Amino acid sequence: MKASDNIIEIKHVTKAFSDNGFVAVSDFNLEIKRGEFVTFLGPSGCGKTTMLRMIGGFDVPTSGEMLLGGKDITAIPPYKRPVNTVFQRYALFPHMNIYDNIAFGLKLKKLPKDEMDAKVKRVLEIVDLEGFEDRKVSTLSGGQQQRIAIARALVNEPEILLLDEPLGALDLKMRKEMQLELKAMHDRLGITFIYVTHDQEEALTMSDKIVVMSRGQIQQIGTPEDIYNEPANAFVADFIGESNIFKGIMTGKLKARFAGGEFECVDDVPEGTQVDIVIRPEDVIWDADSSKGTISGKVTGVIFKGMHYEITVESGKYEMVIRSTKSPKVGDTIGMSIEPDGIHVMIAEDHTTRFEADIVDASTLDYNGREIKCDLGSVIPGARIKDEVLVDGSGEPIDTSKIKVQVSIEPADIELSDDESAGLTSGQIINLIYKGDHYSYVVRTDHGHDLIVDDEYLWNMNDRVGLIMPEDKMTFGVKK
Amino acid sequence: MGARKGFSRKYLGIPYAVFLAIFVILPLFVILYYAFTDGTGHFTIGNLTGFFTDPNTLGTLLYSLLIAFSTTALCLAISYPVAYILAMSNLKRKSVLVMLFVMPMWINFTLRITALKEILTVVEGNLAFHPFMNSIIGMTYDFLPFMILPIYNQISRLDRSLLEAAADLGAGSFDAFARVTLPLSMPGVASGVSMVFLPAMTNYVVLDMLYNSTYIMGSLIGSYFSAYDWHNGSMIALVLLAIIVIVTLATDAGEENDQKGGALI
Repeated sequence: MKASDNIIEIKHVTKAFSDNGFVAVSDFNLEIKRGEFVTFLGPSGCGKTTMLRMIGGFDVPTSGEMLLGGKDITAIPPYKRPVNTVFQRYALFPHMNIYDNIAFGLKLKKLPKDEMDAKVKRVLEIVDLEGFEDRKVSTLSGGQQQRIAIARALVNEPEILLLDEPLGALDLKMRKEMQLELKAMHDRLGITFIYVTHDQEEALTMSDKIVVMSRGQIQQIGTPEDIYNEPANAFVADFIGESNIFKGIMTGKLKARFAGGEFECVDDVPEGTQVDIVIRPEDVIWDADSSKGTISGKVTGVIFKGMHYEITVESGKYEMVIRSTKSPKVGDTIGMSIEPDGIHVMIAEDHTTRFEADIVDASTLDYNGREIKCDLGSVIPGARIKDEVLVDGSGEPIDTSKIKVQVSIEPADIELSDDESAGLTSGQIINLIYKGDHYSYVVRTDHGHDLIVDDEYLWNMNDRVGLIMPEDKMTFGVKK
Repeated sequence: MGARKGFSRKYLGIPYAVFLAIFVILPLFVILYYAFTDGTGHFTIGNLTGFFTDPNTLGTLLYSLLIAFSTTALCLAISYPVAYILAMSNLKRKSVLVMLFVMPMWINFTLRITALKEILTVVEGNLAFHPFMNSIIGMTYDFLPFMILPIYNQISRLDRSLLEAAADLGAGSFDAFARVTLPLSMPGVASGVSMVFLPAMTNYVVLDMLYNSTYIMGSLIGSYFSAYDWHNGSMIALVLLAIIVIVTLATDAGEENDQKGGALI
């Protein structure tokens, strides 16, 4: 195979931690071209740092492989990889001066002293800290330590530079400066950068390519423009920039109904499809005349944000946020319209919760010790209940020990409760997205499963909740 | 600070100042006075010259140093690997293991040494044949926790990302240990050494109990004092103090970085 321009190829990489079985990264596939600036973006706990650590060699994938320049590096220890890392908290050696810190890797390679001096000097010039060789680490400011950490990695001339939230510990102004500097450094050096951050603005500013991650999975790969303008799903839309997200349905060719109105759009999705609609606040056009526009609503809040006003409008049971350079007054009723290309239509993902339960008797299932009532006579094909025993067509009792029942329930049918023991299971809220008239929550259960729950009430991140699943809202099927 | 009028926070230090004056400063001056006077109360440096010209006292000094060096070296050789393994392992019951090493300190010292004596008698038959070795074993047994704890604490506090950084920069596990873990654990080693070396020079009870009749510095002071010779006894104490200061300065100089202190226990 001819050397492709891909410096690294990540194929089906999965990482499950052995101590608690938590799957940090699942089926990760990515190709990175030589010289690209790629950012892994996502909320904390989404697996971005774990993925970076696997590229660095600090964690070993549970399955899958990684090719660096066509060579399998999956099992190679970190000290043998042509990859260097800038750590989150810099990890400079406190017992060495700046020169020894930077020359650490060179000394291990047993470079001659004069060559080493020259390299250290040059890399200090790159990070703009000439003459710092004899300084102690503890005398440096956070920003300077950051630069030294970059210099220490760069001096080894890695093929890939890994940066793990390198600007997280700096103040805002310093961070902005370093963003530009890092970007300029990348353009000048031509080394591949893989950058990890939870800051969407940072990612949009610096990257050639962004990999948006959530719950261990890639949500979208694309250029900053792609990610912002064409988010692949509600999660990406919510995470990148501000957005209004609504549930909707396609009502005709290039027509979608959501937020109490019917709008024209440019995405061709078949009629009748359940969709998620994303509207950026700056794409909503408002008019003081409430009869103009597709929908109307009452202004409930206006905040001056310097460059623009942020206007909150209540339209029926929906809420819309608008960004505009002019502002109505609170209490005004205004009309709102959206240009077709400002409406992003995404086919709604299947968020049905499914789990398996064991059969106890003809009308009872067991899920982790909790009882679920269910008429199995109508669930198992060809079976009926005779004298409270499941029998097949010829009246013989059915051996139910091998049959599992799959239970499904829709996100809107699950109720959340303060009482953790109230429902079938309990868990912790790890993500929430406001969808116009309700919140969509991701709840991580104590068994480590993530499930989606729609609820109109606001719960907080990390709340512990009981998940009540009404039996009349469940659908049952036989698991083969 | 909003302090009430006439009251300053520094007044709270008075009890400690009084304590230090009575129990630390004053005794030092008393020792200094006795060390440089003779029986009639006149100034003399005869005690000092006497110490360094008497082959008996010099021999005792050398023997004490030998005991202290051997004990410290043996303690270090045992403690470092133990502390390293304990601190680096991901064992769930780590604190229990550490406690097991420290627990002997909770048992009365004479009881411990008596028990050790019985064990050694069973092994060796007659303790009088190996007085030096027995003293080293006894002291090592006695002082081991004081070496393990500071080293363990120091290595536990080591930022693991430094080791990852070392690996990232090309260091295999040996290089990472030699260039990062070892130098950064030196403050712990230094406080361990000073906590073992100094008592080992003076603790003659262990020697006595293990039938080692050779004098070390502590026993020498004891013998002068029990003969009411305060002057020579004080001079030896002063010499010992000088040695302690030198050892402390030497171990302090060994740690160049800012991470020293707080490693004692």
